[in-house]
Amino acid sequence: MTTAPDSFLERAPLELRDWAVQLLPGPLQWLAHHLITVVAILAVFGLFFAFTTIAERKLLARLQNRLGPNRTGLPKFSILPWHLKHTLFGLSQPFADAVKALTKEDIVPAAADHFLHFLAPVIVVAFSLMTFAVLPFGREYLPVDLDAALLYFFAAGAATELAIFMAGWSSRNKYSLLAAMRALAQLISYELPLILSVVPVVLVTGTLSTKAIVLSQGYWIFGFLPHWFVFTPWGFAGFIIFLIAALAESNRSPFDLPEAESELVAGHLTEYSGFKYALFFMAEYFGLTALSGLGVTLFLGGWQAPFPFLEFIPSYLWFMMKLIGMIMFFIWVRGTLLRLRIDQLTRLAWQFLVPLALLNVGNAAFWVLTTHWAGPLQLVRWGVSLVIVILPFFFLGRSLSAGYAPRTYRYAP
Amino acid sequence: MSCSDFNDLDAELTAFGHPGGSSVRAVHDQFHGDLLEVSMGPQHPSTHGVFRMVATLDGEQIVKLKPVFGYLHRNHEKIAENTTYLGSMPYTDRLDYLCSMSTNWAYALAVEKLSGQAVPDRAQYLRIIMAELTRLVNHACLVGFLFNDLGTSFTPLLYAFREREKIIDLFEALSGSRMMCNYQRFGGCRVDPTPEWLAAARTLVENFPRFLDEYERMLTGNEIMLARTQGIGRLDPAHAVNAGLTGPVLRASGVDYDLRKVDGYGFYPRFDFRVPLGAQGDTYDRYMLRILEMRESVKILVQAFRDLPGGPIMDPKAKLRSFRPKAGEAYGRLEGPKGELGFYLISDGTPNPYRYRVRPPSLINLTLLEEMCLGHTIADAVVILGSIDIVLGEVDR
Repeated sequence: MTTAPDSFLERAPLELRDWAVQLLPGPLQWLAHHLITVVAILAVFGLFFAFTTIAERKLLARLQNRLGPNRTGLPKFSILPWHLKHTLFGLSQPFADAVKALTKEDIVPAAADHFLHFLAPVIVVAFSLMTFAVLPFGREYLPVDLDAALLYFFAAGAATELAIFMAGWSSRNKYSLLAAMRALAQLISYELPLILSVVPVVLVTGTLSTKAIVLSQGYWIFGFLPHWFVFTPWGFAGFIIFLIAALAESNRSPFDLPEAESELVAGHLTEYSGFKYALFFMAEYFGLTALSGLGVTLFLGGWQAPFPFLEFIPSYLWFMMKLIGMIMFFIWVRGTLLRLRIDQLTRLAWQFLVPLALLNVGNAAFWVLTTHWAGPLQLVRWGVSLVIVILPFFFLGRSLSAGYAPRTYRYAP
Repeated sequence: MSCSDFNDLDAELTAFGHPGGSSVRAVHDQFHGDLLEVSMGPQHPSTHGVFRMVATLDGEQIVKLKPVFGYLHRNHEKIAENTTYLGSMPYTDRLDYLCSMSTNWAYALAVEKLSGQAVPDRAQYLRIIMAELTRLVNHACLVGFLFNDLGTSFTPLLYAFREREKIIDLFEALSGSRMMCNYQRFGGCRVDPTPEWLAAARTLVENFPRFLDEYERMLTGNEIMLARTQGIGRLDPAHAVNAGLTGPVLRASGVDYDLRKVDGYGFYPRFDFRVPLGAQGDTYDRYMLRILEMRESVKILVQAFRDLPGGPIMDPKAKLRSFRPKAGEAYGRLEGPKGELGFYLISDGTPNPYRYRVRPPSLINLTLLEEMCLGHTIADAVVILGSIDIVLGEVDR
């Protein structure tokens, strides 16, 4: 690696933290070190969440031939020159939304289980934030370097679904209850393909540590092509399965069944208002961001630059750019697709994604066994690996959409 | 709900003559689950107004569904009996507020039949233009809302609304109101469109198939769309005919019954168009029939713009003020976008109708909702309701 790990921009945040830490007396330095990390994550991803909401609303609006929110701006007493019109393209909409959510009345149904009703939004935010601890945001920016980072990530991620069940159960509302049942069915169905889609990466790299996984995608093929896992047959298949399962895990369209607006009003959020609602909303975006970050880490090379000559850009910016790309993709999907039904959702998981992911694990094993193949054998290796991915995809896909086809219509004589 | 309650329910289902009860029963006996009664509506995002479905669910499966309506009842018929004939013309706008032009025409047809009023040629053509434009508005809205019920986040709906807005703007330019057009009169129409209006309408109609092609390319072949609609909410022709269903819902089940062909009211016999028919009677057929009917409407509109004659738009002998038809009765009906829209009038020679009765297609098409929904999930019920195409202004009157 020819970069400049020591470039000023790359090191600046770390230097700033170390400078702040050494101001404190010795015994407190350890605590300050970690607290600063936590605060930095909260601040950066809090703002990131705010701007994701506005980006989502704007992007959806453009997809739908609308303008989206474009009115909020700076207060009128701003000292900015008049030609900015104080509106800033509506970019301060999230702050207006936050003020609104905070000042709204918090209504708890009389029949609700008050304790659980309060606990659910807290838990959902806490666990979705916990997943950020093991994501390597940059070369030196890994909050906690766990050996079993992936295991930790999925454990914390699955706990958020339990909070959704708590919310649905405690609200004492039938829509919420149905949503809770759907959330659990979805959790059980999609946790499996999600984890299975990650197993090939673990198999090839031989580690559960996110840091090591990123580093193993580090060198260049022929000196200039990125060696990201998404550019291998098993990695590509894994990435697609991961994307679909991540959509389902974060309850995004087309798998937004727990909060299916046209069926269950707002699902598990029906009886939530004000700040508690905002917390759920926040947790949903944190979960989406964390899963996108994991996808970037596992398949898209993490914080690595795509080409050697671009390495002057700091690693954390590369991570954020890839993250934004993933989130844009999720927003695009939301603006495009229809919702599946619960039985179709589980069938897609068990009859399509799980077998495909299992085969992909075998594919990765084949890839590991044939690392020493070179020359023309390298082509054979690629060919076999591609066949292992593509053939099952077509056969399983055909069985999935069997019986459904566009029809032709007759006209009255 | 205990198990014995369920047996009562099953007996009730059997008494109703529904064959689906037994399979639901078998599933239930296996698991001994309790039933959940969910009241969807009157405030619910996809009941298309203030409609309520009391659904009894076994898991997510519907074992019983009771449509409840009347939340928008506003005494339309009685008010019309206390008003002059012309006075209730604006009220008919409020029946099916998406298609006021056709509703006006249906009422005008009934009154013209009652009083033997003739209609000049130009007005006949204008009526057909307005009715077919209304059909485009209604069907575009319907497919948009159907996709919303299917779970898209408003994208197809807003694409459909883009086209609807153009037509609604034309209505506004002509009649002064976007939705409550109040355009038809007994013996003709209220306003004569300018040549500019006709040119604009013509351009719109000629460009409309492009919108349909775009819409179909993006949505009709979508795998999720096919899986969500094919085989869902199947309605067999015998049931549909027995319940008196009309319109695209009936034709989706394969019954060839289009009043434009059967009655040949207005100048429709002069036009060349086809009536598409479904085969399976499921939600997909009901969706596709709307798309195909829009294409046929475009064909009718192109012919109407081509052949539109000059002349007056009102019969000179038509009487609007102090209008007193002779004692008698008449039933005027037409093929509205939602089905057979009829007005039944009894006159006793006074300025007010003695009896004024509306045959609302939305209400009658709604009667088989439970038939279509039984055995499907709650998610399908919403889609089936969306495919029936109801407007609560017309259901409740």
